[in-house]
Amino acid sequence: MEQAAPAKQNLWGGGKSPFNVEYGKTMMWYFLMSDAFTFGAFLISYGTIRFSSHAWPDPNHVFRSFPFIGEMNVPLAFVTLMTFILIMSSVTMVLAVHAGHQRNKKEVVKWMIFTIIGGLMFLGCQAWEWWHLHHQGAWWGSNPFINIDGTPANINFTNLFFTITGFHGFHVFSGVIINIVMLIMTLNNVFEKRGSYLMIEKAGLYWHFVDLVWVFVFTCFYLF
Amino acid sequence: MSNDVALHGHPEVVGSHEAHAHHHKETFITKYVFSQDHKMIAKQFLITGMVWAVIGGLMSVLFRLQLGFPDESFPWLEDVLGRWAKGGKISAENYYALITMHGTVLVFFVLTGGLSGTFANFLIPLQIGARDMASPMMNMLSYWFFFGGSIVMISSLFVQTGPFSGGWTAYPPLSALGDASPGSKVGMDLWIISMAMFIISQLLAGLNYISTVLNMRTKGMSMNRLPLTVWALFFTAVLGVLSFPVLLSGVVLLIFDRHAGSSFYLSDIFIASTNTALPNEGGSAILYQHLFWFLGHPEVYIILLPAMGIASEVLSVNARKPIFGYFAMIISMFAITVLAFLVWAHHMFVTGLNPFLGSVFVLLTLMIAVPSAIKVFNWLTTLFKANIRFTPAMLCAIGFVSLFISGGLTGIFLGNSTLDIHLHDTYFVIAHFHIVMGVSAFFGMFAGVYHWFPKMYGRYMNNTLAYIHFWGTIIGAYLIFWPMHYEGFAGMPRRYLDYGIWESFKQFAELNKFISIVAIITFALQFLFLFNFFYSIFKGRKVKDQNPWKANTLEWTTPINPGHGNWPGEIPEVHRWAYDYSKDGRDFIPQTEPIDPNESKH
Ligand code: HEM
Ligand SMILES: [Cu+2]
Repeated sequence: MEQAAPAKQNLWGGGKSPFNVEYGKTMMWYFLMSDAFTFGAFLISYGTIRFSSHAWPDPNHVFRSFPFIGEMNVPLAFVTLMTFILIMSSVTMVLAVHAGHQRNKKEVVKWMIFTIIGGLMFLGCQAWEWWHLHHQGAWWGSNPFINIDGTPANINFTNLFFTITGFHGFHVFSGVIINIVMLIMTLNNVFEKRGSYLMIEKAGLYWHFVDLVWVFVFTCFYLF
Repeated sequence: MSNDVALHGHPEVVGSHEAHAHHHKETFITKYVFSQDHKMIAKQFLITGMVWAVIGGLMSVLFRLQLGFPDESFPWLEDVLGRWAKGGKISAENYYALITMHGTVLVFFVLTGGLSGTFANFLIPLQIGARDMASPMMNMLSYWFFFGGSIVMISSLFVQTGPFSGGWTAYPPLSALGDASPGSKVGMDLWIISMAMFIISQLLAGLNYISTVLNMRTKGMSMNRLPLTVWALFFTAVLGVLSFPVLLSGVVLLIFDRHAGSSFYLSDIFIASTNTALPNEGGSAILYQHLFWFLGHPEVYIILLPAMGIASEVLSVNARKPIFGYFAMIISMFAITVLAFLVWAHHMFVTGLNPFLGSVFVLLTLMIAVPSAIKVFNWLTTLFKANIRFTPAMLCAIGFVSLFISGGLTGIFLGNSTLDIHLHDTYFVIAHFHIVMGVSAFFGMFAGVYHWFPKMYGRYMNNTLAYIHFWGTIIGAYLIFWPMHYEGFAGMPRRYLDYGIWESFKQFAELNKFISIVAIITFALQFLFLFNFFYSIFKGRKVKDQNPWKANTLEWTTPINPGHGNWPGEIPEVHRWAYDYSKDGRDFIPQTEPIDPNESKH
C-alpha cells in the first residue's frame, strides 16, 4: 500500500484516500450526518406538533428567571448566557485544534481545559434551568405555563422541551467526556508520540456539531 | 498531512496491518469469539442470521397452521409450546405476537443484519484490496451489539406477558400504552431496547463500510472499477447511516410516551380494557408513522441492494459476459438510494394523509420503477445469448431476478394511491413484499453463500443438494405467495386470526390450506440448505483451485484459506474493471492484469 503519491495522481484512483483524510475523520463526518438526521427528526417532530397545536406558551414568560436574583423578570437572559458559554467553548476548541496543528502540547492542554470547563458550565446551567422549571411544576406530562393566548397549558411544550434539550444535553455530556479523554491522552504524550494531534481535530468536529445543534434547539424553544 | 498518515491514521494500525500477515498467537477467544478479522465477523453474522431465520421461519409455520386449519387443534402444539397453545390452538394474542416477531426478526435480524452484515464484511475488504475494515474494533462491536440485540429480542419471548404483538411497524397507540394489550407491556420495552442496540450496530457497521470503501481501496482500484457488489454494499451503508437515526428518534419519543406520561403520539384515547379515558392530548400517531417509514422504506432497499449487488456479480461471472450497463447499474443504484428517502408516505395513503400530498408520493414512488426496470433490463441483457454455467449460485441469482420482476410489478399497483385504498392491508400487500423483498433477498443470500462458500471455508457445498434446494424453494415460494394476490384482490385483510366467519372469504378455506401445506414443506426444505452448509464446512469437497469460478475480482487472488490480512505479501494492484469476460478470445482477464496496448476497448 505504500507508495509515493505522484502529484497529479487521480484522487479517486485507489491506493489513497480521495479526500486526503484519515478514515476516522471520514467516519466522524458520516456520523455527524447521521446524528444530524436524529436531531432533524426531533425538530421536525417538534414542528409538526407545534403547528398542529392551537397555541403555545410564551418563551419570554417561561424562561425569565436567573439564579440568585430572586423574582426579577429577565426574559431569556439566562439562556443567552448559556449560549454564550457554549459558543465560547467552541472558540477555545478551535484554538486547541490550532495548537495541535503546531504540535504545541502546552497550548493544547490549556485550551482543552478551557473547553471542558465551558462544557461543564453549560451543563451546570442546564441543570439549574431544569431544576428551576421542575420546581415550578414543569416535567414530562405536566406543564404549568398557560398558553400565550390564555388558553390552558399545552402539555406538549414541556414534553418536547425536556426530551429535546435533554437529548442535546446528553450530547454535550458525551462531548465533555470525549474532551476529558483527549486531555488525558495529550497529558500522557500519546499524540506527541504519534506525531499528530488528529484525534483532537475529530473531537473538535463533534464539539462544533453539538454547538451548532444547540443553535437550532435554542431557536425552536426560546425564540418562537 | 502525508497521504500515508491519511490512510492509516494511527501508526499502531499500520503496525498491526503489517504484522497480521505473518504472526500472532491467536486464542480460541480472539479467533472465533471476539474476532476482529472481517472474514470471521462475516461468518458470525451469517450463522447468527441462519439461527434467526430458522426461528422466524418456524413462527410462520405456526401461524400458517392456524390460518390453514382454523378449525382443528393440534394437541402436540401444547406439549411443545405450553401456554402459548392452550388446547392445541394458538390464541389470538399469541398469534399477533408471532406475526410481530416473525416480521421484526426477518426484516431486521435476518435480511439486514444477516445479509449485509455477512456480505459487506466478507466482500468489501476482499474485493477492494484491503487487509481489513477501516476499524476492525468497531466492526467487532457492531457484531456484538447485533448479538446483544438478538438476545434481548429472544428474551421477550419468555416474559410473562409475551413479546410485543402490535405488528413489526410498532404503531402507537398499541405500542405506546401498556394497558392496550399484554404484548404492549414488558414485551414492547424489550422490543425497543433490542431495536436500539440493533441501530447502534448498524451505525457502527455502516460508518465502517463507508470509510473502508472510500479510503482503503488498493492502488488502481478507482471507484469506477469497483465490482457492483461493493457499490451496492456502499449504497446500503449510506442508506442505513442516514435512515436508522430517524427511527431512533421515533422510538425515543415512544419511550417517553410509554414511561414519562408525555403525549407525542397520543391524543383523545379511551382504553376499553381498563375502562379509562386518558388525559393525553395533542399528539399524533401519524407522526410516528412518518418517522417509522422514513426508515421503513429505505430499509427495504437496505435489504434489497446487497442482493442486487450479489446477483450482478454472480450473473456476470457465470454468464461469462461483462455485466451489461455497468455505469447504468451504478447510476440506477444511486437513483434508488436517493428516491428511497422520498417515497416513505406510500405506506400511509390510507392513514389520513392529505390526498394531494399522497399524489406527490405516488409520482415519486412510480419513479423508482425506472431505475429498477433499468437494472432488470441489464440483468436480462447480461444473460442474453450468454454461455451460462448453471451453478447453484447462478440459479439463485436468476431466481432473484425472476422474483424481483414479479414483486416489482405488483409494487406499481400499490404505488397508485387510488388502487391502494382497496389493496392496503390485504394479502396483496403480503404477497408483494414477500416476493419482492423477502424471498428475493433470500435468493440473493443463497446465491452469495453458494458462490463465496469456497472462499469462506476452502470447500465446496454439495451441488445435488443445492439444486434440490433451489428448485424446491423457488417453486414453493411462488406457490405460497402467488395465490395471495387473488385473496388480496378479493379484499381479504392481513393480520386476522380466522377468516371463517366471513361469507366472502369462505371460498379461500381450501386455498389457505394449500398455502399452509406448501409453506411447511418449503420451510422443511431449508434444512437441506442448512445441512449442506454445515456439513460442507467440515466434509465438503476441498477447493484445489485458487480461482474456482474463473472470476476476475480480487478475492480470488488471495490464498485458498486467507489468513488475517488476506494477502500474504503485497496487496495486488488493479488495472482494469471487474468484468472482462470473453474478451479478445480470452475467457476472463483478472483485474490484476495490466492492460495490453493491443487490447480492444469494452
Ligand atoms: C417497484 C417498486 C415498488 C413500489 C412501487 C412499491 C410500492 C409499495 C407500496 C405502495 C406499498 C404499501 C402498500 C400498502 O401498505 O397498502 C408497499 C408495501 C411494501 N413494500 Fe413495496 N414497492 C416497491 C418495491 C419494493 C421493494 C423493492 C421492497 C423491498 C425490498 C418493498 C417492500 C415493501 C414492504 C415490506 C411493504 C409492506 C409494508 C407494510 O407492512 O405495510 N417494496 N410497496
Ligand atoms: Cu415503501
